[in-house]
Amino acid sequence: MQMGKLFKRNCYAVFLIFLVVHASWGYVSNGNQSGTEDETESEQEQNLPVFTLNYSRIQMPLEITLWILLASFAKIGFNVYERITIWIPETCLLIGVGLIVGAIMHSVQERPPAVLTSRVFFLYILPPLVLDSGYFMPIRPFIENIGTVLWVAVVGTLWNSIGVGLSLYAVCCIDFFGVRDISVQENLLFASIISAVDPVAVLSIFEDLSVNEQLYIVALGECLFSDAVTVVLYDMFTFLAGMPKVESRDVFLGMTRFLVVGVGGLLLGVLFGFVAAFTTRFTSKVSEIEPLFAFMYSYLAYLVADMLSTSSIMAIVTCALTMKYYVEENVAQNSCTTIRHVIKMLATLSETVIFLFLGVVTVTTEHQWNWGYMLFTLLFAFVWRALGVVVLMHVINPFRTIGFNYKDQFSLTYGGLRGAISFALVFLLPQTIVWRRLFLTATVTIIIFTVFIQGISIRPLIQFINVRKTNWKLESINVEIHVRAMEHTVVGIEDICAQWSHHYWKDKLQKFNDRFIRWILIRDNQPESSIVSLYKKLELQNVMDILEPPAVGDSLSPETPNQEESASKLKKKFLASDLRNMHNLLSKNMYKIRQRTVSYTSKHALPDETRTREILMRRHASLHRSLRGVGEQHKNLATTQRYFSLPAQRRWEHTSASKRYPISGNFGAEVELDHSLASPRSRLLRRSTSLGARNLGACRDMAANAGIAAVKDHRGRHGARRTSRPGSSQSRPPYPCPARQHHLQDPVNNSNNRMEASDNGMWSPLL
Amino acid sequence: QTYLFQYTFAVTPAHIKRLYKRFQALDKGNKGYLSPQDFGSVKELATNPIGDRIIGAFFSQGQETVDFHSFVRILAHFRPLDKNRAKRPDSPEPINSRISKLRFAFQLYDQDNDGKISRDELLQVLRTMLEMQVTEEQLESIADRTIQEADLDGDNAISFDEFRKSLEKVNIEHKMSSRFLH
Repeated sequence: MQMGKLFKRNCYAVFLIFLVVHASWGYVSNGNQSGTEDETESEQEQNLPVFTLNYSRIQMPLEITLWILLASFAKIGFNVYERITIWIPETCLLIGVGLIVGAIMHSVQERPPAVLTSRVFFLYILPPLVLDSGYFMPIRPFIENIGTVLWVAVVGTLWNSIGVGLSLYAVCCIDFFGVRDISVQENLLFASIISAVDPVAVLSIFEDLSVNEQLYIVALGECLFSDAVTVVLYDMFTFLAGMPKVESRDVFLGMTRFLVVGVGGLLLGVLFGFVAAFTTRFTSKVSEIEPLFAFMYSYLAYLVADMLSTSSIMAIVTCALTMKYYVEENVAQNSCTTIRHVIKMLATLSETVIFLFLGVVTVTTEHQWNWGYMLFTLLFAFVWRALGVVVLMHVINPFRTIGFNYKDQFSLTYGGLRGAISFALVFLLPQTIVWRRLFLTATVTIIIFTVFIQGISIRPLIQFINVRKTNWKLESINVEIHVRAMEHTVVGIEDICAQWSHHYWKDKLQKFNDRFIRWILIRDNQPESSIVSLYKKLELQNVMDILEPPAVGDSLSPETPNQEESASKLKKKFLASDLRNMHNLLSKNMYKIRQRTVSYTSKHALPDETRTREILMRRHASLHRSLRGVGEQHKNLATTQRYFSLPAQRRWEHTSASKRYPISGNFGAEVELDHSLASPRSRLLRRSTSLGARNLGACRDMAANAGIAAVKDHRGRHGARRTSRPGSSQSRPPYPCPARQHHLQDPVNNSNNRMEASDNGMWSPLL
Repeated sequence: QTYLFQYTFAVTPAHIKRLYKRFQALDKGNKGYLSPQDFGSVKELATNPIGDRIIGAFFSQGQETVDFHSFVRILAHFRPLDKNRAKRPDSPEPINSRISKLRFAFQLYDQDNDGKISRDELLQVLRTMLEMQVTEEQLESIADRTIQEADLDGDNAISFDEFRKSLEKVNIEHKMSSRFLH
């Protein structure tokens, strides 16, 4: 297959390149010496050197660049086969590649580049990772579940560290294992390192299998906050490990420090978030550097928090959380997209680099192996985590509206993979710790064990558990369809009721937010419309204008041939294979329920909005079709149908440039138009709307696929513009449901039939 | 007024207050009733495949406005069922019983209110719920199969009883309930 060949070629190319580069490093660094000698000799002879190899000057950046390129090649390689990433989490693949590269390096006697120092890690590699988690955290579910998240993350990590640490100390006291002289502090230090949970790989699996929202958000929040807690504990225990004796006063001080660190980081982050939001209010003229503000303020929060010895992770996370809502409303669409893309890029890069490093280091360093310690580490880590999750959930379940059942708890326990942070922290242990190598080996073991074994097996396990709950064998097609329809209904009803605003304090906060904060922080004249929503609004206006009860027409005739057809089709026998195909078709192609924790959280991908776009597009198309169906009666309007958006737009453009545009006063004030005619955006707006109109109008006549493809393309190009909406995790323009509503509510049945007729007639060419 | 709601729909006063606040928030222009455009301002409904049908369910035949009473009435369908409710033989069917929920779902399909889901109505719903990659023939065969499975009296349409029977194994009380009305 072509794909396979491409994949293989990539692999060979990568390895070849790397081998060559590494093998030649040695020669080159040697060669450089002789090069300089040559130069001095030639200077003596006063000859101009034609070609010199100057390696030492660019060595550091070159190595970094090559590593990053290698990591990126690896990612290309994985995504060639989509199946691989479904079954094997990407972190496994990364570590695998790292191992291979490490083997190669080992064979050419090369050491890994010494770039991963403490400074580099904490200043450059960690911030993007955490910023990514913080920025794409879905705010509403997070705040709803914040109590549980903090409880499980903070207390859970503490529980894990202390539990594992003390148990390991107990094991160490036994002479049999030969590790007698690891002190309590060192054990606690090690335990805190390995209790940092990094379920990134698991999150994407959770999402694929549509696990319930609460579990998802708790796993996500835990990932984030356990990092923060671990880093704090790490600092604390490193300090303590240096001290010869620990008194109870120190423990108390430790706890106070813990609180100060956490809360301080949080407040600092919020402060910087607001300042960033305020700044972006004034950046309308300098939209090219708007992303810079977002990044610099987050990074500033991180650094200042670090300077004040508070938790820098908490600071950057809270900064991102507060900033996102306001900044995304203020900045231009392009900047918004840039911010998101760059954050994803940096985060993916950081993670990839760390895991590659992990693989390389595993192979190339000398390990200190101790069977007893290793096995007990694994055992205790798992046991304490399981205990922790169960106990903590048990305590907090009564306070929650939806409790966690045993299956959720199991999934959470089993999904507690260790990851990048653990590795980095252990790698950076100061040399004063005697048993450093042992800790390194143990950490690497536990990371590899959890990532490979738990990471690969969790998907079938979760599916297995779920399958037990519903008995799919007995379900019929009927049930599948109706159940999905019901789920959509409930989601719709919940949206109508805005069920999430039922806490008193949340309501107050919302009001405060709406009145004061937005007034301060949001740019006034920043309209934010999408082309499609504008188009729909205009169409809707037109529909309202021209809609009259249509005359009784040939409404019933399309029905009868259908009935005859279906009567004959009814006799068709459905084979079992047909049924299976149907089930597959339904399960793969039915729109999934809109979940509020949308795919924002995968570290390896940006959110996928094609489905919702598709829904909107189809409605748009059918609305347009029905429009034309009605418009056919009014011949004089038929010709203007196609381009009505243009005249209307021109009409609208002439209204005052910087006022909000209340479309017939009834719609939400959320549609604001970009009236700045000078900006290229409005020109684009004009051009694309007319294109859109023309395309959709032409759909009827053109071959189906070309039409849809063109429209889709168009949407795709401007899809990016539509993606930012404050607060909600998805951004959708308000849809003129009322249009169809009006159709449906028409007491004359004929209007419905006529629409159906046009539907039926229209649909086949479009497919 | 809240007492009436409480009695009829068994919705607690706290819920009623919340729903009233939401009603007011949706009711732009403070008209005292909701029109279709007000529902249109709920953004997320645009991305719901059957969003317009849900909105349509609020407006009973021929009406164009929803007052608060009807608003609550429709929403009360989605209250979780109380298991401890004593069954009084002569009391009317509570609005959040299984039958009522099923009837609500049935009406989402049956737009012309003839008491049956015809093949066309089913096709319409299927179309909105499935992605574009499904061809028309596949859709039609799925619709045919659906009707074949459910249709017991051979009229090539699904009546309410047939609908109910086909879903008898499904836990409707759970599926069609929203926890916030608990």
